[in-house]
Amino acid sequence: MTVQAILDKLPFTTPFLFVDGLDHIDSDKVKGHFTFREELDFYKGHFKGYPVTPGVILTEVTAQIGLVCLGIYLMGEEELGAHMSFGLTSTEMEFMRPVFPGEKVTVEGEKVYFRFGKLKCRVTMKNEAQEEVCSGVIAGMIITKAHE
Amino acid sequence: MKTMDKETLIAQLKEIVKPYAKDQDALQNINEHTDFVKDLKINSANLVDVILDVEEQFNIVIDNEAMEHMLNVKSAMEIIEAKLGGQ
Repeated sequence: MTVQAILDKLPFTTPFLFVDGLDHIDSDKVKGHFTFREELDFYKGHFKGYPVTPGVILTEVTAQIGLVCLGIYLMGEEELGAHMSFGLTSTEMEFMRPVFPGEKVTVEGEKVYFRFGKLKCRVTMKNEAQEEVCSGVIAGMIITKAHE
Repeated sequence: MKTMDKETLIAQLKEIVKPYAKDQDALQNINEHTDFVKDLKINSANLVDVILDVEEQFNIVIDNEAMEHMLNVKSAMEIIEAKLGGQ
């Protein structure tokens, strides 16, 4: 599966797409990047007069690159049923450094396991200085869609 | 292999499900008839972790079919004993 095919299959779009590109992917690990543009909406409110990327957004970036992209790759050409989808099931994150508007981050995701439809990954985010920004363990699984 | 003592097996299962059980009373009263989902309130995502922990603890491999049946203490015990007995 090509990187472009994975990006095309991502279920996100603006303003909630947090993957600019992938640098590497295989069945055990993935590496990708994202640049936080200064005009992103949440900077207007987090914080008042002092824009810092919210931890919940950092978590989302690690999930989209480290979990969803790897999940799409592992599923390969296998199509999910019409009423099936991926859902986030747990996040356990630690935050070490702030990320400011304009910064580019790199995320590495490493598969812990992919069993019974559940994918668990160890994720790490680094800034351009190669300093660790946040890291943790995130999991998601194939679920039946609640709506429709 | 000799069939494992039932009480010992339930005690081992109790330790495995402990981190994932949301209902502490049901956990304290765990028995053969305890349902992982209905009684212990373990969600489907954590049920996968329970099964992987069972695999590790007993050094067995649980396939998709067995996994679908492993919804309560009784069926878990049957599956574990069958896998151990088959070795």
